[in-house]
Amino acid sequence: MRRYILRRLLLILPTLLGVAVLVFLLMRVVPGDIVEMRFAEGQFFNAELVAKERARLGLDRPLWRQFLDWLWGIVRLDFGLSMWSGNPITREIALRLQLSLQLAVMATVVAVLLAIPLGTLAALRQDTWVDYIVRVFAIAGLATPSFWLGIVMFLVLLSVFRWIPPMVFTPLWENPWQNLSQMIWPALAVGYRYSAVAMRMTRSAMLEVLREDYIRTARAKGLWQRLIVKRHALKNALLPVLTVIGLEFAFLMGGLVVTEQVFNLNGLGLLFVQSVARRDYTLVQALVLLVAFVYILVNFCVDLLYGWLDPRLRYQ
Amino acid sequence: MMQTKPPRAAVAQASRALSLPRWLRGVIRFARRWPLGAAGAAIIVVMILCAIAAPLVAPYHPLETDFAAQFSPPTLTHWLGTDAFGRDLLSRLIYGSRTALLVGFASAFVGATLGALIGVASAYFGGRIDLLIQRLVDLFLAFPIIILALAVVSILGTGVGNVIMAITVPMIPNCARVVRASALAVRQTPYVDAARAAGFGHGRIIFRHMLPNVMAPYLIMLTAYVGQAILLEASLSFLGLGVAEPTAAWGLMLRGAAVEFAETAPWMAIFPGLAISLGVFAFNLFGDSLRDALDPKLRVL
Repeated sequence: MRRYILRRLLLILPTLLGVAVLVFLLMRVVPGDIVEMRFAEGQFFNAELVAKERARLGLDRPLWRQFLDWLWGIVRLDFGLSMWSGNPITREIALRLQLSLQLAVMATVVAVLLAIPLGTLAALRQDTWVDYIVRVFAIAGLATPSFWLGIVMFLVLLSVFRWIPPMVFTPLWENPWQNLSQMIWPALAVGYRYSAVAMRMTRSAMLEVLREDYIRTARAKGLWQRLIVKRHALKNALLPVLTVIGLEFAFLMGGLVVTEQVFNLNGLGLLFVQSVARRDYTLVQALVLLVAFVYILVNFCVDLLYGWLDPRLRYQ
Repeated sequence: MMQTKPPRAAVAQASRALSLPRWLRGVIRFARRWPLGAAGAAIIVVMILCAIAAPLVAPYHPLETDFAAQFSPPTLTHWLGTDAFGRDLLSRLIYGSRTALLVGFASAFVGATLGALIGVASAYFGGRIDLLIQRLVDLFLAFPIIILALAVVSILGTGVGNVIMAITVPMIPNCARVVRASALAVRQTPYVDAARAAGFGHGRIIFRHMLPNVMAPYLIMLTAYVGQAILLEASLSFLGLGVAEPTAAWGLMLRGAAVEFAETAPWMAIFPGLAISLGVFAFNLFGDSLRDALDPKLRVL
């Protein structure tokens, strides 16, 4: 087990290195650089000034030098300064991370509260109208764009309650009420899609587990249905559900570009789009590494939990 | 479970008596066993017909502006109302289904096919090659999709073809992973060993012996991807990074004026979103039943 963990941990490094190389090259292939973008805004163009600015940002050095310097910084956990704003990248990201993290956690709560009871119910009543309704509800959740759901929410709130949620972000500890009354709507819009993914997984995993021998044994023993479901079936069925929840959580950290725009939230997704549009190389690179790291870490944790929750899967 | 349905044998006999072609009998059997999937398929067929016959079905030309009828609510002349330029929403939705289906089918087909090829090759060759491909797949899976799409669009510019590219790229590693898992099992079968013993080339074994046997996961991924591609296209177009105006596209119709004037002209925001949801819903519904029919154990995330 310890060797397995060690091997998995060592595998993280080449993957991260690959992501680093990929994002570095990808950003260099995108036409135009940050200096052009900034001067295009100012409407004046001066070759000498452009060259000076490029030299200041280190963009005139050979690519491999730029890459190695950047990599060496990361090894020392120094992500450098944002090329656009000049602020430390850690500060730029920390501001948005708190918002994105809160939204991801709230959406996960919404998703779990909806998905596990409904998914279990659908599996227990397979091929009845209950099952059909839950499945249609879930498939509709996968099909509805979250950003559109956000627009519809605003419309309903406005026309029915003559009220719209606050538009300026307040941190949770400053004014919990203000914060929650803004954040609950995007959490619901995103959580619906999220819950649909988890609900389908709960249903199909539960159906599989319910056919296992030990469930039949439990039934034959005369155990209560409720006890069988709770103690015996659900515990095993939750494993794949955990995987999709983990993957979806990692996705939420950087993938909410459009939804954030509709809800006027200044999160990681918006930062992503802005920094790509500005060719803010250092910021994009740090963001991509962060999201990739979260994804890999979540995957790793899920795999460990698998072994812990299901002894049959250990020592593989 | 069965008591509400007429006896299966009787239906089979009746359809044979009507001497229906075999494929039609297959369709009927599928529809009886998976009514939800059949409903999805029906919506898809209607969508495809609308897209092909758009000039006949649509009451107006999608680009025809009528400034006398700006922001008209749904009326008898404009069933779903008009937008900021007085363009008929229903006609734009019908023409928009062309964009959605084109992007959906093209990117799903290319993405799933390339992914399946890579997955099968990875499983077939095994060893170092498999390890290398799997590490590359890991890398792309960890890479945020939206950044990949943003980068492709920034490199190539907006437009239908480039959007298809941007959506296809992230699909390939995903499909490769799923298909590889099925291909590994096929790799172990005696007929692949036999083909190798007979001295067939790698290409022949991959294309003639292994690919046909991973058709189930391939088809399932393909249908799942059509819906996802339509959704992604709508998101990209909404951000202004997808299809460019004045092309009729559902995501694009939600952009700008639709949000600004959502309060006074809610139909502009509601109907395109409904169209996206219904289209993706149909593909998911059909894909789900297809999975149940072909490979119930496969999990498509």
